[in-house]
Amino acid sequence: MQTTLSDSLRSTPLGQEADSILRACVHCGFCAATCPTYGLLGDELDSPRGRIYLIKQMLEGATAGQNTQLHLDRCLACRACETTCPSGVRYGRLLDIGRAAIEQRVRRPLPEQIKRHLLRVVIPYERRFTVVLRVAQTLRAFLPPTWRRSIPPPQLPTSWPRSSHERKMLALAGCVQTPIAPNIDAATARVLDCLGISLVRASGGGCCGALSYHLGAQEDGLEFARRNIDAWWPHVESGAEAIAINASGCGVMVKEYGHLLREDPSYAERADRISAMAMDISEVLAKENRAALAPAGIGTARIAFHSPCSLQHGQKLAGLVESILESAGFELTPVPDGHLCCGSAGSYSLLQPELSRQLLLQRVLALESGQPTAIGTANIGCLAHLQSRTSVPVRHWIELLDPGASVVSLRDEGAQVELTEPTTL
Amino acid sequence: MGAIMIYCPNSPPGKTIMKTPVTNVQPRNRRELIAALQRVLPSQALLSETEDLRPYECDGLSAYCELPMLVALPDTVEQVRAVLVACHERGVPVVARGAGTGLSGGALPCSNGVLLSLAKFNRILEIDAANRTARVQPGVRNLAISQAVAHLGLYYAPDPSSQIACSIGGNVAENAGGVHCLKYGLTVHNIQMLSFLTIEGELITVGGAALDAPGYDLLAFMTGSEGLLGVIVEITVKLLPQPERAQVVLAAFDDVEKAGAAVAAIIGAGIVPAGLEMMDNLAIRAAEQFVHAGYPVDAEAILLCELDGVNEEVSEQILQVREIFQQCGATESHTARDERERALFWAGRKAAFPAVGRLAPDYYCMDGTIPRKHLARVLRRIGEMSAEAGLAVANVFHAGDGNLHPLILYDANKPGDLERTERLGAKILELCVAVGGTITGEHGVGVEKINQMCIQFSASALAQFHALKHAFDPRGLLNPGKAVPTLQRCAEYGAMHVHGGKVLFPDLERF
Repeated sequence: MQTTLSDSLRSTPLGQEADSILRACVHCGFCAATCPTYGLLGDELDSPRGRIYLIKQMLEGATAGQNTQLHLDRCLACRACETTCPSGVRYGRLLDIGRAAIEQRVRRPLPEQIKRHLLRVVIPYERRFTVVLRVAQTLRAFLPPTWRRSIPPPQLPTSWPRSSHERKMLALAGCVQTPIAPNIDAATARVLDCLGISLVRASGGGCCGALSYHLGAQEDGLEFARRNIDAWWPHVESGAEAIAINASGCGVMVKEYGHLLREDPSYAERADRISAMAMDISEVLAKENRAALAPAGIGTARIAFHSPCSLQHGQKLAGLVESILESAGFELTPVPDGHLCCGSAGSYSLLQPELSRQLLLQRVLALESGQPTAIGTANIGCLAHLQSRTSVPVRHWIELLDPGASVVSLRDEGAQVELTEPTTL
Repeated sequence: MGAIMIYCPNSPPGKTIMKTPVTNVQPRNRRELIAALQRVLPSQALLSETEDLRPYECDGLSAYCELPMLVALPDTVEQVRAVLVACHERGVPVVARGAGTGLSGGALPCSNGVLLSLAKFNRILEIDAANRTARVQPGVRNLAISQAVAHLGLYYAPDPSSQIACSIGGNVAENAGGVHCLKYGLTVHNIQMLSFLTIEGELITVGGAALDAPGYDLLAFMTGSEGLLGVIVEITVKLLPQPERAQVVLAAFDDVEKAGAAVAAIIGAGIVPAGLEMMDNLAIRAAEQFVHAGYPVDAEAILLCELDGVNEEVSEQILQVREIFQQCGATESHTARDERERALFWAGRKAAFPAVGRLAPDYYCMDGTIPRKHLARVLRRIGEMSAEAGLAVANVFHAGDGNLHPLILYDANKPGDLERTERLGAKILELCVAVGGTITGEHGVGVEKINQMCIQFSASALAQFHALKHAFDPRGLLNPGKAVPTLQRCAEYGAMHVHGGKVLFPDLERF
């Protein structure tokens, strides 16, 4: 498409990046077909093509106000559009640029500012989030059912393997995953242990920075990135071979550290190296001989796999986990419209609850349609979000391969999830 | 209440051919119309701020832009009727829009009119497996119909390249074709019943449950009418059983003309492929980059020939087709190994248009038809004209039915590039007419090819078109300025192009 960005903007690296992305778009509209919000709302302004246009007019100097902000806020950043786009438009990147620009132009109402601020100062910090979560879990029994469902029940931590191998991979410390589901990291460590690899937690790391970065606080996000790089670096120098990430939402962010910090002279090089080393746990497993893994519950387990957007669209790893699960002997049930987002999308479920709820109901219906024993996914956000609305146990898929677990016990645990409303649309 | 003057500027930006007065809408009248529409539409369903209107200023042909006065997003037929009645009473033009994927500017808004989006009408109302029909709303995506009936072993045959996104209402308005129309026909051959609202708000149903109906064939008349006669609110489409087997053969050629000759040879041999598509080198490279379909990127042209039907028939025809390819000098030809590879071969073809967006910042997609026998000659001439104009042309087209889609690559940010592109495009279409073809195969005329309508049709034929339009929409409010040019416009366009009594392409035989 034709663009007329101002010369001053076009002389900045960010302006050039935005211009080149906009120029790649040919306005064909294919993206709208797979956009979850366009599917619900049917308004061009809630489609990727419409949002690209909104960002374009803003960067070209036209008036951009609350309406532009509203439609950019409604985007899940699921990047299904990128998978569909034949012209290779890097929409997710343009959205980040657009969101930062609108944040500077439009002041949000005070209650919304407070809400966003609270999300930014609680969620990415493990200790703060743990306190909030434990309080909520304590009060859980006294809350109305609709609230109760969104609070995950407490999960007891399980043990990490004691043995130490020569091959080492690094874990991401993360933020909300350990308080909600400590078993995911432990299961990852046990699975890697079976393959002769030690998973190492570097001290000093934390949140990947995605939440802040996509909430319009990009500098905060980059600060988290720098902290992780600092925490990992000594281990990288002493021979860790990869960063094995089991939350696809974080994985996609770490893979972008190199690009996001390219203008930072003291981090650019290391960030690049870290991004090159970052792998989703499925990529790690795909390269290993998995014969040593004896998956539990084979034969009876029917799994519906929910591929997180950050995995299939962000990291472009569609189908990989499915093939690993199938080769391990699991039966995968068909999931209609598997390209669609569940509505979790970082902080989306808290900021756009109504749209998020509609997408969740659609997804749960689709996932349950094949009558699975369990639902597998690859990101903690999706996991907690889906579990809030289904009685089928939802697990990180790596837990299904964990030598210490069995699918039968997963089912018993899942039965505890209380559901008072039927999961229908 | 003062009536708003009707005039839709049918001279889009970048076009310097027509200079017509544009009557500005009085702010008072605009406010009054907004108030009237707010009474009949939900609050989020009426857009009036420039910020919100801008993304609606164009459809799939982004070179032509016009900011609409208002955008309405109704979600019931009653709301559509109310919008039409309100606009009709006030003499306000209405442009209907589906998914906005059209490539001829058919949904280009009017600056003094309402853009009526039917995107919210995205429900499949009824699937009748026994009668092999589906009753759908106009905003349903083409591909969504086939997906919804796949479990019954059925599908909807017309498959435009944009089928993932384009809406069935838009397909009817443009009489869309697609890869498989060679064997299974255009939209007009695959629908059975239509309901539409006139500008006065009257609901009319044409066609019926049976294949034939007494009286004029109004169903065919409405199909391809480009939103000039009514607003489609419901469509009954015909469904076909999925063929027992479908197989595709890919052949590569070191010369575009040889590929053209192979197309003629296949049709000449009495084979009716389900699809017979051609892509030239530029298009092959662009599509390969996105889809990794395994296209030979060194080939000057590839042909994709799909054969479907019962197993034995398909097997026999595959052999025949491969032999013809060999005789015509194909450098390689192979049959898709499995269903996955077959889907991949087609995925490359279907994504070819936007994938060309990777080769140049912008492209301009033409849509002309020619008699098949002239394929090689026309391609050579397009190549020459491309060189003369200094603009690369990628060719992606439905070779089997002679429907060309030359894609002219340009850079909209370069001053003068769009104008040169338009001139080249016009010359290509006029070449199509000169060899006995037409200016549109399946994309419709819209605003893009309106001048070439003057070359395609005589003044008296155009006068009859206007009379038909008048019968449905006497005030000329529905999609004004599209599809059928005014005689005055043709006079001015003709004056521009016929210099010194010289006709275009004097070397070509006239039909």
